[in-house]
Formats: sequence, C-alpha cells, structure tokens
Amino acid sequence: MSILTLFIIIPILTIIGILFSKSHMQVKWISVVGMSLQLLSAIALIFMYLAERRAGNMAEVLFVQDNVWYETLNIHFYLGVDGVSVAMIGLTALVVFAGIFASWDIVDLPREFFTSLILLAAGVFGFFISLDLFTMFLFYELAVIPMYLLIGIWGSGPRHYSAMKLTLMLMGGSAFILLGIIGIYFNSAPGGGQLTFDLIKISKQTIPLNVQLFLFPFLFAGFGVLGAMFPFHTWSPDGHASAPTAVSMLHAGVLMKLGGYGCYRVAVFLLPEAAHQLGWIFLILATIGVIYGALGAIWQKDLKYINAYSSVSHCALVLFAILMFNQTAMNGAIMQMISHGIMTALFFALIGMIYGRTHTRFINEMGGLMKVMPFLGVAYVIAGLASLGLPGFSGFVAEMTIFVGSFQNADTFHRVATIIAASSIVVTAVYVLRVVGTLLLGKIKNEHFENLPDAKWYDKVSVITLIFGITFIGMAPLWLSDMITGGLGPIMHKLLAAAPILN
Amino acid sequence: MLIMRHELLLIAITVILLIVEIFLSNTQKHKIILPAILLMAAVTVIGFIPGTPGILFGGMYQSTALSMMFKNILNIGVLIVFIQSVDWLKQPQNKEKISEFFILMLSTLIGMNYMISAGDFLMFYIGLELATIPVAALAAYERMKEKSAEAGVKLIFTSALSSGILLYGLSMIYGTTGTMYFADVAPLITGVPLQVLAFIFFFAGMAFKISLVPFHLWTADVYEGAPVNVASYLSVISKGAAVFVFTIILYTVFYKIAVMWSELLYGITILTITVGNLFAMRQQNLKRFLAFSSIAQAGFILLGMLGQSQLGMTTVIYFALVYIFSNLGAFGVVGIISNRTGKENINDYDGLYRTNPNLSLVMMLALFSLAGIPPLAGFFGKFFLFTAAAKQGYYILVLIALINTIISLYYYLLVIKAMLLNNSDQPIAKFTSDGYTRVGLLMCVAGMVIIGFASSIYEMVFNLSFGLY
Repeated sequence: MSILTLFIIIPILTIIGILFSKSHMQVKWISVVGMSLQLLSAIALIFMYLAERRAGNMAEVLFVQDNVWYETLNIHFYLGVDGVSVAMIGLTALVVFAGIFASWDIVDLPREFFTSLILLAAGVFGFFISLDLFTMFLFYELAVIPMYLLIGIWGSGPRHYSAMKLTLMLMGGSAFILLGIIGIYFNSAPGGGQLTFDLIKISKQTIPLNVQLFLFPFLFAGFGVLGAMFPFHTWSPDGHASAPTAVSMLHAGVLMKLGGYGCYRVAVFLLPEAAHQLGWIFLILATIGVIYGALGAIWQKDLKYINAYSSVSHCALVLFAILMFNQTAMNGAIMQMISHGIMTALFFALIGMIYGRTHTRFINEMGGLMKVMPFLGVAYVIAGLASLGLPGFSGFVAEMTIFVGSFQNADTFHRVATIIAASSIVVTAVYVLRVVGTLLLGKIKNEHFENLPDAKWYDKVSVITLIFGITFIGMAPLWLSDMITGGLGPIMHKLLAAAPILN
Repeated sequence: MLIMRHELLLIAITVILLIVEIFLSNTQKHKIILPAILLMAAVTVIGFIPGTPGILFGGMYQSTALSMMFKNILNIGVLIVFIQSVDWLKQPQNKEKISEFFILMLSTLIGMNYMISAGDFLMFYIGLELATIPVAALAAYERMKEKSAEAGVKLIFTSALSSGILLYGLSMIYGTTGTMYFADVAPLITGVPLQVLAFIFFFAGMAFKISLVPFHLWTADVYEGAPVNVASYLSVISKGAAVFVFTIILYTVFYKIAVMWSELLYGITILTITVGNLFAMRQQNLKRFLAFSSIAQAGFILLGMLGQSQLGMTTVIYFALVYIFSNLGAFGVVGIISNRTGKENINDYDGLYRTNPNLSLVMMLALFSLAGIPPLAGFFGKFFLFTAAAKQGYYILVLIALINTIISLYYYLLVIKAMLLNNSDQPIAKFTSDGYTRVGLLMCVAGMVIIGFASSIYEMVFNLSFGLY
C-alpha cells in the first residue's frame, strides 16, 4: 500500500469519527486531528518525494498503486504523483488545515458542516492523486457536490441562489469533461489494443487529430468552468460571496485549482496537437479574464466580491500561463496556483474574521481597523502585498515566472497578450491598496468598532499557517520550482513533439 | 422442473398465501404480513442458488443465466416493496385487504417472470398481460379514494390500448414469418414494409409499458393516484422487467433491422429525456415529480440499448439494478411521510432535515444516486450508459443526455433544498418509523452505496450477457 492511500483513508476515518461524535467540541477536535494527520502526511509525502528524486528515481510518477477495478472497461484504481501533484497536495493539506480552524465558531449543525467540508477535501485529494481518468472524474464530482450544502445551509446573503448557480455551472462543466473523457477512452489505443483510462498510458499514444480537435474544447472549457475562465466565471463571485469562510477558502484556494490542474493534466497533456491549434481561442479568453477580473475588483465594495474578482483574475493567469506552452510559463502556472491558493485562502479567512466582528463586508462602512485589531490588520496587509506581487512573497515568484515565460513566445499575438495580462499587475495594486487604505487605515468610522476583539487563538493558528506558507515559498522558491520542473518533463516533451517549431 | 424454479416457487407461495388467507378473519388479516415477507425473502434467497439453463415447451419458455439473474433482481425489488408497504397496509382503511395486496403483487411478478423467460411472442404476450392487469387492481387499491380509482381505470384503459397495438404488431409478424418463436422469427426479419409496420406497433406497445415519450401521458396521473407503494412498484419493477425484455427482443429478434430501430430509438431517447426532465422541473407533488423523473430515467436506459453490444446489454441491466435501489429509496421516504402526515408536496418537506434527519438523508442519497452523483451507484450506472452509447459513436446524443443530467440535477436539488436548506414554520413533525420501513430503506441505501464499488456485480452481468448480440 502506498502512502497515497492515506490521503483517502484519513478523510473517510475522520468522517466516520465525526458521525460517532457526541458533542460540538468533539466534532471539531476530531476534524482537527484528522486534518493535522493529513497535513503531516502531506509534508511527509513532500520529503519522501524529494528523497526519492535525490536517490535518482526518475520514474514519471512515484508511489504508484495500481488496482484493477472494473476489468471489462479497464478502469483502474490507479494512484501516483509527480512533482506537480505533490505540490498541489501540499497546498490542499495546508488550506484544509487552516480552514478547519477558520470555521471554529460554526454553531448550526456542526457535524454536518465538518462532514461536508472533509468530504470536499477528500474529493480534492483524490483528484490530485488519481492517474486514471475515471477515478479522477469521480473525485472531481465528489469535490463539487458538497459545495451545494455548504453554501446553501451555512452561507449568507442570497445563498440559495448562489449555491444552485454554482452547482449547476460546475456540474455543467463536468458534463463537458465527461464527454471528453469518454471520447479519449475510445481513442486511447489508436494502434489497436486494449482501451484504457490510464493517463500515463494514453499520454504515450497520439490520439487522431480530428478527435483531438473535437474533444479539446469540451475538456478545456469543462475544466475552465471550475478554473473561472471568462465567460464561465459568473458562479465564482456569487458563490464566494455567499459561502461561509472556510468554504470560500477551500473553494478559491483549492477547488478552483482543480480546473487549472485539469486543463494542464488532461486537456493539454493528452491532446497537445489540438492545444496548439485551438489554444489561441482560450488564450484570448484567459487574457480577457485576467484584465476583466482585475477591473471588476476595482469597482466592488463588498470585501468578498473584491476578492472573488481578484481570484478570477489570478486564476485566469494560470490558464494564460498554461496556454503559453513553454516550460517557464508552465512552471509559473503551477507556482501561481499554489501561491494564489494560499494567498486567497488567507484573504478569505481574514475577511471572514473581520466580518464576524464588524458584521459588515462593505469597505465604506469600515475604517481604521488596524488600531482595533492589529493582528488581523497586519495579516491583511501581508496578504495584500503578496497579492500584488511584492518580492519576498509567493505572488512575486509566480507572476515573475509566468511573464518571463510568456514573453519567450516571440510572435506578436503572444506578445500583445502578455503585455495586456501584465498590465493587470498595476490594476491589482490599485484595488489591493485601496482596500488596505479604506479598511485598515484612517479613522474609525463606526464607534461600535472601537471595542472589537482581535484574533482568537484559533484564528491565529489559521492565519499564521497560511502566512508561513506564502512567505516560505516567497523566500525559498527554488525547491518548489525544482520539484515542479521535474514533473513538467513529460508534458513539455509531448508539447514539443506536437509543435517543434515553437521554442 | 428446476428450469422453471423461479416461477414455480412464486406460484407456490401465492397458493400458500391464498390458503392461509381463507382461515383468517377480517380482523386478523395483518397476521399474513410477516409470513408473506418471510416467504418472499426465502424465494429471493433460493433464487440465487445457481440453476441450470434450459428450454421448455418446445422453446416457448427458455431460461438462461441472464434471465435468472434478472429474476433475482426483480425478487429483491419486490421484497423491498413488500417491506416498505407494511406501514401503509396496517392503516385502518386497508386492514381488510392486506392479503390481496401480496397476492396481486405476486401474480404480476409471476407474469413478469414468464415474460422475461419467453422464447416466443405468445408466451411473451401472456406474461405481459398477467403482469399488467393485476397492477390496475392494485392502483385502484384505495378504492374509496377518487384518485386511486381513477388511476386504476386509467391504467387499465391505456394498457388495454397498448396491448391491442402490440398484439396487432405481433400478428403482422406472424403474418410475414409464419412463426412466433424468437429463434425462428429472427432470420426471417428482412425489413419488408409490413414488418417495419409490425415493429413500429410492437415498439409503441412496449413504449407504453416503459412510458417513453410520446406514450407517457398516463404515467404521472397513475402514479399520483395510485398508492405510493404501487407507484413505486410500477416505476421500478414493471418498468425494469419491460426494459429487460424489450432489450432482449431488440437484440435477438430484430437485430437485422438494427439500423432502423436505432434511428427510431435515437429520436425517442432525446424526446424522452428532455420532455421527462422539463416536466419534472415544474411538479409540486412528489409522486408526479418522481413519475416524470422516472420517465427521464427510462430515456437514459435507452442510451444503453443503443449500445447494441454486450456492453449495451450489460449497462441496461446494471442501470436497472441501480435504478431499482435508488428509486425505491426515494419512493420509500415519500411513502412513509405520506402515510404518517398525508403530505406529498415538495413545499411540505421544508425543514425536514431538522425534524427527521435520517429520512432526509436517505432521500438525499436516493436523489443524488438518481442524479448520478459519485460515489453512489447511480454515477456508475450513468457513466456506463454514456460509455455504451459513445462506443457506437453517438457523441452528440451523449452530449444531449449529459446536458439533461444537469437539468435533472436541478430538480433533484430542489427537493434537497427543501429538506436541508429551507426553514419552515410548520415542518413535518418528528416521528419514528417502524422497523419494516427502516429495514426497507436500509436495504436501498446499502444497494446504492455498495453496487458502485463492487465491480464484481458489473463483471458478472457482463459475462452473463455474452453472445446476446
């Protein structure tokens, strides 16, 4: 049994524990224990992975576990990781751990809340460790569906509407993905032989070009919905604004990365020729998304909406970088996913904590919070600076890599796209600094706010974990980028074979 | 003798129940419930003992490993229906008619078994009629209720009409081929116009039974009027058996004109799924809601039939199995709530989770399974159906069906929204359901959870389906 199985077993055991727990406190502590174990296994996995690579194990995927599930259709329960998925697992474990502490003051139906939250996490972990398209899709849907309950029951504002919109749009995306997966399956052995869902085996084949051209838009758009690709991003602001804190964190931090990861791992990896031919369409959409999200964030007054639009912008940057088809940009895309995942989780955690104290999310109604709650204020400034890409934080490393990579494409189309996307950095600075200015500095606008308490211990655990994440990556990015680069080999190889002229 | 084991056992317990019934006075009728369920459970278990396939009556009756397995599936379904009905049967207005319920159910089941094992059209028709007529009596079971009586009449009229059409088609087949045996008819199907007409009539007759659009008009009214447990029986067992036989006949008798019927099925599939879904969205009454949802589900099964291969046959049976557990779970919850409170509308379910968490949970799982959400069995069923259809290159059809799954998810979520998200001033009061209901629902949940993971079930069906097409 490989260590990867733990990432599925631990959530299941935690859920069983929660179901048998008797009190509110027990539920929370069982969740904490379970997710701490998960975080520890993630850290252990990172070290084990690095050790294996250092020992010279250059296999494409490590820690493989392969069990036949449905023999007739050749469906396997096939787990394995490369550098990219290890990084994503680390991100997920970190955000989920922080999310548990961020939802410490859930009062209504705590058992159901933590069950759904951990079920969601289980889906995400399963998605990242699966190498079989069938199980990958299974975990993908498993991650999406608890969102409905999480937003619908514990959300705020127009939660019923947002929950329904989000679920239907994401499941609509998954319908496209399903079509793509089935299409790939029936073309997985063009030279004869057994059909397979095995991602690695399929990647060794060349799927006929006309099939690729048919399937690529479905797969890329399908995953793009979850990656908040313009114009399929509309679920994201509503969903994030209505969701409870931990769910926003997990959703923006981790779940949206499923989209980017899926585009990278399934759409581009398996259909490289079509990606080269049709990539420009999605590149235009991604570029629009980058600038549109950033501009959208400027106009919003609600903290969560600001952050949701900023997520749209940052996630579009991920797709933008993937579609540049070169190693540096691709590396940047993964870095951006991780950096944005931690950063946006931090943002949403802080927003949730501020909202829990002030009971408003409108920036105009707040001011001078730095004096009242210095801990949260400083944390917010850190998150903001990371978001606008200040050196020393993870955001800088990621965006720098992306733009260096995308500028390597020398033709006019890519250059123009890069320049437009890069200009979003300025816009980001505007909205981040605007929020920091009105929210934290200045004088206190509402006298009720003067006696608000600062962060509680559980808030601090959550915030410090995440800040540690962004600064650590920002200060020492090389080990992460090396790990990712190691995982990028096969996909770059395929992309180069598909279009030798580029690069 | 052993070849007809399933039917003979069912006949035996029907006779036993009839005899026992004679000795029970009107006030003692409830004493038959437990023996009836135990006998049915015994029959179900005995059915699983591997039997020998064979042919009887010169080929009129043929028993294959596949048909035996499907009979077992039906037995399990009927057993669950029996268990779920107890709470309703014990109500005062039904007390005098308890034994009739079991006897009528068993006779329809016998009919279905003969229909499944038919080796010629005559046997098939007799089985079909035996399976249909008692159901009309069951639909009118609560005869003092206007709607129930209406449902019975509607069902008998529509099924008489559809049987007539079907029979007309069968007579034309006889006219063109001179035989009624499946094995002899098959090579003589050449696609001459009269045979095409015969096939269309046959198809229309079956479409009535499976309630495919545009032959679905009776469904919602009958389901609404009939007692919940009878409606669940209609939607699951009757439909499952008809689908099975239909697939077998399409694959073994009409395979020569597959080009024609696959085009027909293609259109009907799109119509059935879409119309079923669009109507389901607007329903308030849960029985009507489930009626339209079951129409849409039947449309999904057609995708598997279009698979036209061993894979297609397997997915049809597998989906039918999954569907039995999921739909019975949903109907079970609707049934118990209707018995205890008389409430059948979606609005009435507002805030149900706060008062009856376990029932809401079962309902949620059942609806998620119907919508095809992992890790429940419905997900696997739907995935395999799409795979089977895509194997034949029907990508556009699969896409339409996939978009329809999103529509269906929407209305299933409406019920879940009522139960979990909405709050109500007057929610359905907390009640404890009796042991029978719990066992019945637990069996459904177990089925929904286990069938997907246990790939051996799928493999078994696949191996048994070998050589059919």
